[in-house]
Amino acid sequence: MEIIDILLTANFWAAALRIATPLIFGVLGALICERAGVLNLGIEGIFTAGAMAGWMAVWLGAGLWGGVLVAALAGGFFGLIHAILTVPLGLSQHVSGIGVTLLATSLSYFTYRTALPDVSSPPRITPFQPLDIPILSDLPFIGPALFSQTALTMLALVMVFVTGWVLYRTPLGLAIRAVGDNPSSVEAQGLSVYALRIGAVVAGSSLMALGGAFLTMSAFDAFFFGMINGRGWVCIALTVFASWRPGKALLGALLFGAFDAFQVRLQTEVGAFLPSQVFLMMPYLLSIAALIIVARKADYPKALLVPWFKGQR
Amino acid sequence: MIRFEPRTNPSAIMVYGVPVLAAIIAILLAAIPLALAGAPIIKAYGLMMSGAFGSMFSISEMLTRATPLILTGLAAAIAFRAKLWNIGAEGQLYMGAMAAVAIGSGVIDGPSYIMIPVVLIAGAAAGAVMLIGPTLLKTRLGVDEVVTTLLLNFIVILFVQMMLEGALKDPMSMGWPQSEPVIDNAVLPPLIERMRVHLGLVIALICAVALAIFVKRTIWGFEIRAVGENAAAAKFSGISVTKTMVLVAMLSGGLAGLAGVSEVAGTRGYLATDLSPGYGYAGIVVAMLARLSPIGVIISALFVASVFVGADSMSRAIGVSSYLADLIVAMALLCVLIGGFLTRFKVHFEHQKSAG
Repeated sequence: MEIIDILLTANFWAAALRIATPLIFGVLGALICERAGVLNLGIEGIFTAGAMAGWMAVWLGAGLWGGVLVAALAGGFFGLIHAILTVPLGLSQHVSGIGVTLLATSLSYFTYRTALPDVSSPPRITPFQPLDIPILSDLPFIGPALFSQTALTMLALVMVFVTGWVLYRTPLGLAIRAVGDNPSSVEAQGLSVYALRIGAVVAGSSLMALGGAFLTMSAFDAFFFGMINGRGWVCIALTVFASWRPGKALLGALLFGAFDAFQVRLQTEVGAFLPSQVFLMMPYLLSIAALIIVARKADYPKALLVPWFKGQR
Repeated sequence: MIRFEPRTNPSAIMVYGVPVLAAIIAILLAAIPLALAGAPIIKAYGLMMSGAFGSMFSISEMLTRATPLILTGLAAAIAFRAKLWNIGAEGQLYMGAMAAVAIGSGVIDGPSYIMIPVVLIAGAAAGAVMLIGPTLLKTRLGVDEVVTTLLLNFIVILFVQMMLEGALKDPMSMGWPQSEPVIDNAVLPPLIERMRVHLGLVIALICAVALAIFVKRTIWGFEIRAVGENAAAAKFSGISVTKTMVLVAMLSGGLAGLAGVSEVAGTRGYLATDLSPGYGYAGIVVAMLARLSPIGVIISALFVASVFVGADSMSRAIGVSSYLADLIVAMALLCVLIGGFLTRFKVHFEHQKSAG
């Protein structure tokens, strides 16, 4: 069976993990925001801002990790705008999120065009290179699939554990989860609902931006208009699919990456019979299918989308 | 400490003044990116003004741009009233455009007074169908419509691409992926000779007035408002939430579909994948600036259209990126959101009293 052959190659799983990396950052970021009770539809724009800002910082000579830091700061900045509008002001999370996406995207495009007014082909940077860890990278199968990824993919995997540990093993995580379920109980504990929610949205948005930075600094080496292409929205769907858990977020992103890597390989096999667009639609159709599958039992954070005002019981 | 106190009844000046103020602030804020881009600020504003209003031609261009924005703005306004978060107007627009092209480029022929209504109805129906699916998924299974309508935008644009390389391809297009032109009898005729502004504008204005009457004066309009304000209470009083939502979906998707028809049959003449520069998303801003009022949508669509046309012409003259227009529109949305808050709450600044 050819299909089995494809699934058994290290190359395939390396591609799956590579495709999954920006989604891992995105879903982790989205779930941190939503666990605190704030839907962040700014994600698509924050991806764009992270991709552009990170790339531009490297292009201006900040170094790769400097670029990562700049991307995270850009994400945090737009996250802060969304947080201020939705938390203390309690405005519609849907509309504010769309507004942040429009703002972050147009500001990124405007900045890019202003810095590079007339280039025909986008300038390139030297992106993150595949790691070469002694022994580990030489292991059969798992070496090329897992240990020969770039440092940003490793960071994404580490962040899965960090996010899981913070959310489930620390008092801070308990408070964040509580503020998304029952904010008044958190206020009764003497903690600030506003501070927790704003902090979670800013932190989550910084993580999202790293997903964008991965695209321009690891997967590719340049910034293109429209390069995010709905990846942010896919993350919002995957967050529901992952039932707001970091471990399941990793699983969901990997499944998605595997499916995407598989359809690319399938395309070379049966591409002659079907238009290429059918394959390109797959990720979006898959996201909708994933949402429908989990819809009935989706356990949304109880205070998601519900504004809370100080002094309210 | 800052404290917010709800206003019982905000004055008319606040209700109508805030969106205008938000628009003005957004335009003033554009001075910052203009300055950072090193552009002559006063001259840039002047060029934007003359680009949008300077001549008969520029006013016609501005009205041409406003036409799809009125329709997508109405689509967002009616959906958001019922708290149906339709972010898929972009996809519905393309489906409407595709339906119009499929029927209006030679499959059937007839006099204009038959062909024009036929393509309008086909486009509206296609747009409506696109939104009924996500709406039923929401009401029946609880699938979040924000994500499904957003993702459908990407699916639709790929579908359009596929059709333009296949069934709808124009054999005379020299390999460009575009459809055959809409036949003469289905074209929305220009309103002024040698100008681009076309019958679509009249249709959009009629839709706005009709929607205003529908929302204010009919029982369905009342039910839509009731569901939007409190779905549980509406259900308790015997209103079928699913039925109301599907009605809203048909109106909202249909209006977005009409925007697509107006663009292919009025402005462009054929379908290509660059038909809309994001009219579906801009419609959300138009609706919010209008505070979801159908008549207000006309005014805010004119504002957004003049920003786009003005920035385009300014961009050509002094070389500042035309993404400035998108930036102004995004800032206007955030400003009007904050303004909406200020109409609902009074802000008190209190000095913290020292202890003892």
